Amino acid sequence: MSAVATPAMRASDRAIAENRLGLKLVAPAVIVMVLVTAYPMIEALYLSLFKYRLTVPDDKSFTGLGNYVMVLSDSLFWKDTLNTVLIMVVTVAIELVIGFAFAMVMHRIVFARGIMRTAILIPYGIITVVSALAWQFTFSLNNGFVNGWFSWLPWIGPNTNWFGDHWHAMFAIMVSEIWKTTPFMSLLLLAGLSQVSEDMIEAAKVDGATWWQRLYKVILPNMRAAIMVAVLFRALDAFRIFDNIFMMTKGAQNTESSSFLTYRQVIEQFQLGAGSALSVLLFIAVLLIAFLLVKFFRVDLAAARGEG
Amino acid sequence: MLSDRSRRSWSRRSLALTAALALASGLLTACGSSSGKPTLTWYINPDPAPPSGFHGPFGQAGIAARCSTSKYQIKVQELPGDATEQRIQLARRLAAKDSGIDLMSLDPVFTGEFANAGFLATLPDSLTSSLKSATLSGAIDGATWAGKLAVAPLWANTQLLWYRKSFANKAGLDMSKPVTWDQIIKAAADNGGTVGVQANKYEGYSVWINALVAGAGGSIIQDATKGDDAKITIDSPAGEDAAKVIQELAHSKAAEPDLSVSNEGTVLGPFATDKGAFQVNWTFIYANYKADKNTFNDLGWTRYPETVAGKPSRPPLGGINIGINAATKHLSDAEAATRCITSQANQVRYAIETGNMPARTAAYDDAALKKAYPTDLLQAFRSSLKVAAPRPVTPYWSDISSAIQSTWHSPTSVTSGTPAKSAKFISDVLKGRKLL
Repeated sequence: MSAVATPAMRASDRAIAENRLGLKLVAPAVIVMVLVTAYPMIEALYLSLFKYRLTVPDDKSFTGLGNYVMVLSDSLFWKDTLNTVLIMVVTVAIELVIGFAFAMVMHRIVFARGIMRTAILIPYGIITVVSALAWQFTFSLNNGFVNGWFSWLPWIGPNTNWFGDHWHAMFAIMVSEIWKTTPFMSLLLLAGLSQVSEDMIEAAKVDGATWWQRLYKVILPNMRAAIMVAVLFRALDAFRIFDNIFMMTKGAQNTESSSFLTYRQVIEQFQLGAGSALSVLLFIAVLLIAFLLVKFFRVDLAAARGEG
Repeated sequence: MLSDRSRRSWSRRSLALTAALALASGLLTACGSSSGKPTLTWYINPDPAPPSGFHGPFGQAGIAARCSTSKYQIKVQELPGDATEQRIQLARRLAAKDSGIDLMSLDPVFTGEFANAGFLATLPDSLTSSLKSATLSGAIDGATWAGKLAVAPLWANTQLLWYRKSFANKAGLDMSKPVTWDQIIKAAADNGGTVGVQANKYEGYSVWINALVAGAGGSIIQDATKGDDAKITIDSPAGEDAAKVIQELAHSKAAEPDLSVSNEGTVLGPFATDKGAFQVNWTFIYANYKADKNTFNDLGWTRYPETVAGKPSRPPLGGINIGINAATKHLSDAEAATRCITSQANQVRYAIETGNMPARTAAYDDAALKKAYPTDLLQAFRSSLKVAAPRPVTPYWSDISSAIQSTWHSPTSVTSGTPAKSAKFISDVLKGRKLL
């Protein structure tokens, strides 16, 4: 053993000490997290194995995986899952396009920059329930103005009932969802845009690349990580859609989402067993979507944060 | 990474939050132990807005003020407007044995569920026997679970057929005789009018379906006390007659354009226009149109329409009953308060203020009430309440109702096969074989 302590050794001692300090520092947060998130999750997992209804408490019985079998073989569950996936795919796709346009505006605008950025972000600052209610009034047959303003379109008349059938209602819900969350998408994309170096764009310009070529060959590839993070966050968000549906249709016209179904089982019908099984399945679905997106699109979260 | 400044402001904020929580919990404990005079908390359904110029506490808040004594104070706490939301809020608190509720205003359809779950304190025999003899039979039926009066009726609601006199004249319909759904739908369609109903996917739609089925001599379920083993009888000729009426209206010109999202409120506007002809709605309609002289002077009313010609109709029953929380810490005070709240004097005054009609029979002969409402209207309410058909009193009503709504909605999708489909779905749901 050499008497001369190498600098590396000393550094590693310090690293160990720092590590220990780090653990001590995060411990309170971890304990709080375990209490407020892990405990309810385990409780839900436990409850999902029982037939248990809050208003008939004496009738609690163990059913094992019975609730899961019932839910997974139920047509309503699959119908609602399909609705949710549809809402997620359509809204995220449209938001990506509009959000990107907004991000470009926010990035490039020269005058009134602050006002413009604020204006674009306002919808995201509004509480979802409030915006959903506003959109509900907008489309409402009695108080709304959509039928009046757009009556020149052949398929919109004075008596078009936007909440009267499946596709009209889904359209209204998606419009509200897109209006509300596009700013979030554009905010994430703006972060990506500002990471694209101006030098590269300049270089492309000098090489004679057109605007479209610069967009497709330079800007988009360089902000791939930011785009994927934006898509991931919004997809997970959209998959849990609840407020808009609750305010606009209450799930009528087969517009129910997975979250709404879970809400109805647990909160409205007090079916703690079946409802917990649904919430566990919802959790697994969210994990699955996150995993698939990260895996197949190779999202590098570290790169998106600028740590790569 | 958070900047130093924002990190500091975060910790300051969390400190403030902790302090606020500590303060709040301190105040709460202080509340519980202070002052000798107990406060009874009465959870009420929202009352209509007081008319302009009204001073002092209105509606149930007014009753609470009048029923507060030197021994206890009654404080009201307002529930959401939607019956389903009221049930959710109350049941969650009651299941947790929250003693912060002493009295509650309950929709009759929760009676079975709440009583069966042991959420309600048993009413003293002296109170139940005096209420039973003095209250309209329809209201008593809706307040009874397993042969016992579980809650005290405060007011009783029923639906009438409201019509524009000028329109009925134009259509040549004799409204002095009982009319059928078929007659009013045809009369409205042929003369450019509409028939207002409640057909959104909510409890009001179940109210309509129950009234139609009962009017055809059937019922949605039988042996309700058997809970989830009750016999489902909606798949019957009566159920098919009910489906026929809904089908006819949904495909008729008499349907309002927003039929599939219509409720008690959406039908008010169209009724006051030139297209207004008929609507079925609760007793509040009369007070509602008072400000609109044109409609008010043209407003007619008669008994709920017949599902099948010649078979007397069974109008819907609603209203509010007073229940006492089983977990209350002031049981005897709550019982005394219930007696006062449901007294005839309070029922009459409440009816005059809000248009919500008394549950007590003798109240309809009260001079003050007769001054406030036309005699023939009071007569119509009272006789409608006598023959009204309550929705089945069962602990599983909310499940049955939701199952009906999901199979019968939207009204345009109703066919002669709907009753059979809904019967199967209800039984699957009650047995836990299907998600609702």
